[in-house]
Amino acid sequence: MKATVWTGRNSVEVQDVPDPAMLNARDAIVRVTSTAICGSDLHLVDGYIPTVKKGDILGHEFMGEVVEVGPGVRNLRPGDRVVVPFPIACGACFACEAELYSLCENSNPNAGMAEKLMGHSPAGIFGYSHMLGGFPGGQAEYVRVPFADVGPIKIEDDLPDEKVLFLSDIFPTGFMAAEMCAIRPGQTIAIWGAGPVGQLAAASAFLLGADRVIVIDRFPYRLKRAQRTGAEVLDYEEVNVLDALRDMTGGRGPDACIEAVGMEAHHPTPAMYAYDRSKQAARLETERPYALREAIMACRNGGVVSVVGVYGGFVDKFPMGTVMNRSLTIRAGQCHVQRYMRPLLDRIRSGEIDPSFVISHRMPLSEAPRGFELFKHKQDECNKVVLTP
Amino acid sequence: MMTDRFARALGWTSLALGTAQLAAPRAVTRLCGVDDAPGAATITRLVGGRELLHAALLLGGKTPARWTWTRMAGDAMDLGLLGRAAANRVGGRRRRALCALGAVAGIAALDAACAGGRARRARSPLQVRASITINKPRAEVYRFWRDLENLPTFMTHLESVRTLGEGRSRWRAKGPVIDLEWEAEIIDERAGDLIAWRSVPGKGVSNAGLVSFTDGPGGRGTVVDVSLEYGMRGRKLAAAVARMVGEHPEQQVRDDLRRFKQVMETGEVVRSEGSPEGHRALRQLHQHPAQPIGARA
Repeated sequence: MKATVWTGRNSVEVQDVPDPAMLNARDAIVRVTSTAICGSDLHLVDGYIPTVKKGDILGHEFMGEVVEVGPGVRNLRPGDRVVVPFPIACGACFACEAELYSLCENSNPNAGMAEKLMGHSPAGIFGYSHMLGGFPGGQAEYVRVPFADVGPIKIEDDLPDEKVLFLSDIFPTGFMAAEMCAIRPGQTIAIWGAGPVGQLAAASAFLLGADRVIVIDRFPYRLKRAQRTGAEVLDYEEVNVLDALRDMTGGRGPDACIEAVGMEAHHPTPAMYAYDRSKQAARLETERPYALREAIMACRNGGVVSVVGVYGGFVDKFPMGTVMNRSLTIRAGQCHVQRYMRPLLDRIRSGEIDPSFVISHRMPLSEAPRGFELFKHKQDECNKVVLTP
Repeated sequence: MMTDRFARALGWTSLALGTAQLAAPRAVTRLCGVDDAPGAATITRLVGGRELLHAALLLGGKTPARWTWTRMAGDAMDLGLLGRAAANRVGGRRRRALCALGAVAGIAALDAACAGGRARRARSPLQVRASITINKPRAEVYRFWRDLENLPTFMTHLESVRTLGEGRSRWRAKGPVIDLEWEAEIIDERAGDLIAWRSVPGKGVSNAGLVSFTDGPGGRGTVVDVSLEYGMRGRKLAAAVARMVGEHPEQQVRDDLRRFKQVMETGEVVRSEGSPEGHRALRQLHQHPAQPIGARA
């Protein structure tokens, strides 16, 4: 079969690879009908996530048709249409029982590796390094889905792929980002990053009752898309974000700040940017946490900082004094997708929201390298690429 | 631990000596009675550099005691130099050189004591401990473990366990070259609580172990706690297995327990294409510690 394969830093290719085979009783094989390139895939391509190997299949947002199920899967049959959540979860452990699916205690066979970096291991993730399980990703014609009786959600009506595909990651991720803010009426939410997750977080914040949403980015076309959700926008290359947010919120600051940027953030001041960039190059830190630092500084006293941007390891110059002295709450996490799939599918079905508004490019899987190129370098107003195998 | 703290102290000594030799070489040569020799200051500076290297190794490393041999090599060199200096000198210089010789000999004795401590520790039994919480009732978890023939399903290095009756069992493990075998007997057993065993003397690799089962707090499943001890010959097994699977014995036991948890909670060992054989030990070779890939050029 064909699949998008990591072939080295800043290099992806579509290659012929062996078809997946069943390995466990609760596996299913899914023929992928739609898959997408995620912003967090860029951290892999750029070589910032440890333990990616040449030949690894990328992709963790995908859906398709079940073609084979193992003897342990009773709720799916060949022919079923499913969306597959990106974290792999067993459904039986302490974490899964607490609906903390991205922390499943059983789904990462390489947990020992992750422990060494993070203290304890999170769940396995499709196409996201060996430290997170070494599972091949979904930018392929076929995927083996472990614990297929727990994760995938059946799509039983004729909703098109594009409307439901993002249930696999970015829609629940954006939604969880907003949910972690514990929004109450009258509140203002600021969101760093107007990428697809930031845009869906803005839409979700309104769904959850936010009064105002302010989205921060530097690409006008992404800000324009964020505006479509009803959000106000700030271009951080044009204004001082801290001053602007203070002015917009009567001097108090946003009630909650969503960080949807992650480890490869940018800073408008060259000296500031160079500081973390060079520390990253010398491996003295793994992140460039400008958005995170700014979100913490901007948040109102006693507010919430909700982090869904992907971080890989260690952050330098973390304003802990601000967090402590101003009673901020930091909430973070890879999305517990399984928890949100059913309720969000219902919202899509009822017409409350159509997450396909983030799509800017559609192309066949064979053109994935071009898709990565466009998305990474923000060319051609690229916002979200959907691939069809 | 004590040995490491001792080695760390020796590292500070190296740092002080090296700094003095680099910062004030002439004062040092005078103190050692060799200020009359041509090039003495240069040699002192070189020795100072070497001392800083010892200091870096002893103070920077996680296990400083293993670096004490670098200091012993340095001591031998210094003793040689000072011995020659003392032999060729008279009067005050000779006295000072002999004092320096005595001081270096004293330090050498400390270094030797430290290195010896480390060697003794290496000969003592190897102890490993790990625990895990399993989301299943205690009786069920205990029952699975008590059927010793189940153990190879999640213990990577075990080939098979055959029960022989009367609490005895025959264990086979895959070694890097030859298979290792031993016979074990259960020496204590409280149903649902604990199982203790040890290898039968003279019948292969010597090891002993204790696994206990307790209720997790607040009804949170079962806590399984494993302690293992390898005797001299068992140490070799542990080292061989460690070499084969590329990880520390402690990590091995933790990974075994994690697979045990998978079997109890999900019914089987979870496998990914990155480790398709699941519990096959050789595949675990690829389990190296996670490190960031170098930043972009």
